[in-house]
Amino acid sequence: MAKKVAFLQGNEAAAQGALYAGCKFFAGYPITPSTEVAEVMSVELPKIGGKFIQMEDEIGAMAALLGGALTGAKALTSTSGPGLSLKQELIGYGCIAEIPCVIYNVMRGGPSTGMPTGPSQSDIMAAKWGTHGDHPAICLVPASVQEVYEETIRAFNLAEKYRTPVMIMPDEIVAHMRERIVFPEPGEIEVIDRTTPSVPPEQYKPYDTSFGDVPPLAAFGSGYKFHVTGLNKLPDGFPTTKAEYVQAEEERQVRKVEGNAADIMKWEEYLCEDAEIIVVAFGSTSRSARFAVDQARKQGIKAGLFRPITFWPFPEARLLELSKQVKAFISPEMNLGMCAGVIKGCIEGNAPILGIFRVDGEPINPDQIIDKMKEVK
Amino acid sequence: MAFDYDKYLRPNKLPHIWCPGCGHGIVMKGLIRAIDTCGLKKEDTAIVSGIGCASRLPGYLDFCTLHTAHGRAAAFATGVKMARPEMNVILVGGDGDGTAIGGNHFIHACRRNINMTYIIMNNKIYGMTGGQFSPATPTGDKASTTVYGNPDPAFDIAKLAIGAGATFVARGTAFHANQIDKLIAEAIQHKGFSVVEILDDCPTTYGRRNKFKSVIEMMNHLKETTVPVKAAEKMSPEQLKGKVLTGVLYKEEKPEYTEEYAKVIQRAQAAK
Repeated sequence: MAKKVAFLQGNEAAAQGALYAGCKFFAGYPITPSTEVAEVMSVELPKIGGKFIQMEDEIGAMAALLGGALTGAKALTSTSGPGLSLKQELIGYGCIAEIPCVIYNVMRGGPSTGMPTGPSQSDIMAAKWGTHGDHPAICLVPASVQEVYEETIRAFNLAEKYRTPVMIMPDEIVAHMRERIVFPEPGEIEVIDRTTPSVPPEQYKPYDTSFGDVPPLAAFGSGYKFHVTGLNKLPDGFPTTKAEYVQAEEERQVRKVEGNAADIMKWEEYLCEDAEIIVVAFGSTSRSARFAVDQARKQGIKAGLFRPITFWPFPEARLLELSKQVKAFISPEMNLGMCAGVIKGCIEGNAPILGIFRVDGEPINPDQIIDKMKEVK
Repeated sequence: MAFDYDKYLRPNKLPHIWCPGCGHGIVMKGLIRAIDTCGLKKEDTAIVSGIGCASRLPGYLDFCTLHTAHGRAAAFATGVKMARPEMNVILVGGDGDGTAIGGNHFIHACRRNINMTYIIMNNKIYGMTGGQFSPATPTGDKASTTVYGNPDPAFDIAKLAIGAGATFVARGTAFHANQIDKLIAEAIQHKGFSVVEILDDCPTTYGRRNKFKSVIEMMNHLKETTVPVKAAEKMSPEQLKGKVLTGVLYKEEKPEYTEEYAKVIQRAQAAK
């Protein structure tokens, strides 16, 4: 049987991917250029008995998201730059209280109101360091409408598996472009649900690490009574300032993501085997980069594309390996060098990084990338 | 037989953090009696708070308890209630948490008329941070950030709730301990968003800066400056000057939010 196909916008695909993953709860606040996600969810969720709520502000949306997620629902919110800034407070709460949820953030120009309808890739550091304190970060950066759909499903899977907020962050171009998308059959893509407790309610501790770095999470209203707080806590969920517990808990929360980076990281290598110049690009920029690599190859330049699909955790070890074979990396990005800085931190000075940094609301075109390749000596 | 509070408490989490003379413990006992009166099951009841002294209350109670971030209790609770309308959801917190940093979430929870009960312990001060003025601190009062007298006018929290659309609003005091459980029980039994403001005392950070010589003096002040709504009906404007009304101040039947959303689901499924 032929698979169902559609001509969808990135934001619409995100909503459809969330529904495939079993999302039953959406809390949001209108913001350009992500509002279509909220609009689709407001139509589709009640059809399946799910809940949609438009909150009074971005912070309230993040709070309601966490409240809904604590009742066992798979929960989604959508936002963009200024909204991400506001949500950071409670993204940190989600990290420390270990509440699975998905934050879909469309990257537009910034800082502040910036360019609401212009594309950008300048939220990638905010995805890792935006909320205060040490905490785990998972961030996915899809580059096509099909990938927005599939990565949204993966975002839910990672949130549920690792009991933590997960961000999926297309740039505005990917979020608003329309492409053909092929829907998977039900069951074709794996859907992961959080582990719930196997112990009876009176024995349940929400942060009991005897089950591993990701403790089972009970749902409010399912017969389990427990305490949830944003304070550093004991395995039973109650606050503590005891040094040995706080240190161990903080380390475990980061370790459950960093220690499973191999499972979470995802990237694509295109013509990298013999490449002397590797373009590291993600999101819509990677599409220009792929075209540039093809054109460069025709001109005899040994170019390749390294495309992170998971941005956090970043594929540090693989880039270090590749740094030993290349003359240079090129980092085209719609910000002033955030990704280049991350690459620099991985490659131990083995190769120069040539940046193409645009923050004028215009996409980076292939010619710019080819011109930069020609600067490599 | 004396009321058994222990069956609702988490005894290993006591003693509580509150200072001697603080009224929050009186409110907690009132809440426990109200929950008992209403027959709420512990595993089906979420108690949600923000940050501050009053917001530590849920940790002492043996329910599904959610100690959120500063000001965010109403928004977290809205998510819980939306996702599981069958749960009883009770919010607790202070005046600063609820009406300053949480003011937006508070008024919108009132507006939606979502079936939850919010108990605001109004001690007119930010206690946990050491006594800074809150939106409920009267003009002219002393706080650690208004040593020359508070220039800000204060919110009337009950009026704010009524204006924003809450359909049950009551006010009690920590002095009138035996009234607290009755007001809260009536609020829980009301269908819609209910607000119970409890005028409370903070001897440590408010009382000592504002010339209250003792906790007893603060409690007497709560007694002397309040008048039950029924009694007020028979009093002249002169007699009511400087008095605050207590009791059930407002009650109205209006469509409740989760029931209205259930209708949205019905309409969406009918149109499918």
